[in-house]
Amino acid sequence: MQLTNRSKQVSNKEMTLMERAYLPAIATGMAITLKHFFKKKVTIEYPEVKRYLGPVFRGRHILKRDAEGRERCTACGLCAVACPAEAISMVAAEREKGEEGLYREEKYAAVYEVNMLRCIFCGLCEEACPKQAVYLRHDEFIPVFSDREQVIWGKDLLVEDMNNRYTREAWTKEEARTLDLRRANGEATNVVPRAIP
Amino acid sequence: MELTEFIIKTLTILVVFVLTLLIAMYSTWGERKVAGFIQDRMGPNRAGPGGLLQPLADAGKMFFKEDFIPALASKWLFIAGPSLAMLTALLASAVIPFGSTFRYDGVEVVLQGVESNIGILYVFGVVALGVYGIMIGGWASNNKFSLLGAIRAASQNISYEVAMGLSLIAILMMSSSLSLGDIVAQQHGGNWNIFYQPLGFIIFLTCSFAECNRVPFDLPECETELVGGYHTEYGSMKLGFYLFAEYINMFVSSAIISTLYFGGYNYPGMDWVYNQLTAAMGTTTGHNIATLIGTGVFFGKALFFVFFYMWVRWTLPRFRYDQLMNLGWKKLIPLAIINIIITGASVLFLKPFITSLLN
Repeated sequence: MQLTNRSKQVSNKEMTLMERAYLPAIATGMAITLKHFFKKKVTIEYPEVKRYLGPVFRGRHILKRDAEGRERCTACGLCAVACPAEAISMVAAEREKGEEGLYREEKYAAVYEVNMLRCIFCGLCEEACPKQAVYLRHDEFIPVFSDREQVIWGKDLLVEDMNNRYTREAWTKEEARTLDLRRANGEATNVVPRAIP
Repeated sequence: MELTEFIIKTLTILVVFVLTLLIAMYSTWGERKVAGFIQDRMGPNRAGPGGLLQPLADAGKMFFKEDFIPALASKWLFIAGPSLAMLTALLASAVIPFGSTFRYDGVEVVLQGVESNIGILYVFGVVALGVYGIMIGGWASNNKFSLLGAIRAASQNISYEVAMGLSLIAILMMSSSLSLGDIVAQQHGGNWNIFYQPLGFIIFLTCSFAECNRVPFDLPECETELVGGYHTEYGSMKLGFYLFAEYINMFVSSAIISTLYFGGYNYPGMDWVYNQLTAAMGTTTGHNIATLIGTGVFFGKALFFVFFYMWVRWTLPRFRYDQLMNLGWKKLIPLAIINIIITGASVLFLKPFITSLLN
């Protein structure tokens, strides 16, 4: 049974003089390597150049605020329950009078910590959150740690900055594809690879 | 020997020595860059601009590693091995003519470490001694694999030296001189030996690959078969010396190839350049600048062959040991002998015929 038409008949013929001389074959090989020598290199020099990883990449965590700048998180703890690595911990607190501008609902997370050594970036916290408060950013990474002090990220690093809000443009495969097409056509999008904080 | 001549000679030797070391050092960087470029990578580019400080970083690493001598190794010979490899590698560059002459204070000095009338014999002697560095190192390690690697290196070098010497005889028949300076001077005016000896050049090139233990003849080093090779037991700067000696050998053999076959410091149109320079700047400065241009051209040729070594390394797969021996003894030596016969016949019959036609 023939599966493809790429198969070649094995031949045990004596080599011709040209083949035995070996030098033409060497010259062909050298030409190939020289061609590669001048080719454009495929390396992306990582810390200086960052590649766009797509709209569904799961990078660093963010605690979203709503349109008026109030924290969305109500410290329900569903993310911590969903977390398979047990990386999330939080302390809940009750909203005082006068704090309505800071927190969206009566209960909020006074402390919200993610242990970045435990986190496996599975995105289950994102899925578990009923208040759409936790997201894994698609455009930023967790920077490399050099110290154990830097491992646990608190609210100071996690809560969204209102001056530099995080938006995600595509949510499904199809949307991502249209976005890619738009980007390929040179249309501006708001995804700009940003430096690590 | 006058004082000015002595000083110029000393300076030449010093400059040649330093340049040889520098070029060998940057060959390691070049090797990795070329490897990267051929494999569509960038090569080292973190240490300094374009990775230019990489050799310094490597040398620093080598120096600070533990200098270890195995308990059952022959200690004295264990140290002598890499020293010998380094010594023989550096010795050979003494007779290579790096340029024509340098004029200073009415004295004309040849830009060559030693003007020897048996220069090429000296080179061969020193290259043959190079086997000792590897053999002693492999034997002194008191390790069967190291010894096997050393034996491979020794038998390979000795086998290919025969073909190398035979391919060279054709050149000596044409030049009727053993002095490298004479051989270069005879190639003046586009009379390069490569045009007369293409077969001899290919044989010589192949043999110099084998002599330098470079791919496709790098059988002395083999992780799968020999756990490393003749330097399995070596570490720290002693290993560094072995690797460094390989690069020095590479540069020296490139320099010898360009001396013997590519006209050394000669380049097309050098007489015109010489006349322009001497007319513009006087017979001393002009002459010296013309000499320096020739030296630059010579280094360009030598460095091209260093690149060629790397280019071949990242193109060809290595030979099997029996293929290596078959190529050396059954192909290259008969070809070299045929080349000698053809050259002899040409010198005897063809050359008088052509000269009589031309006159």
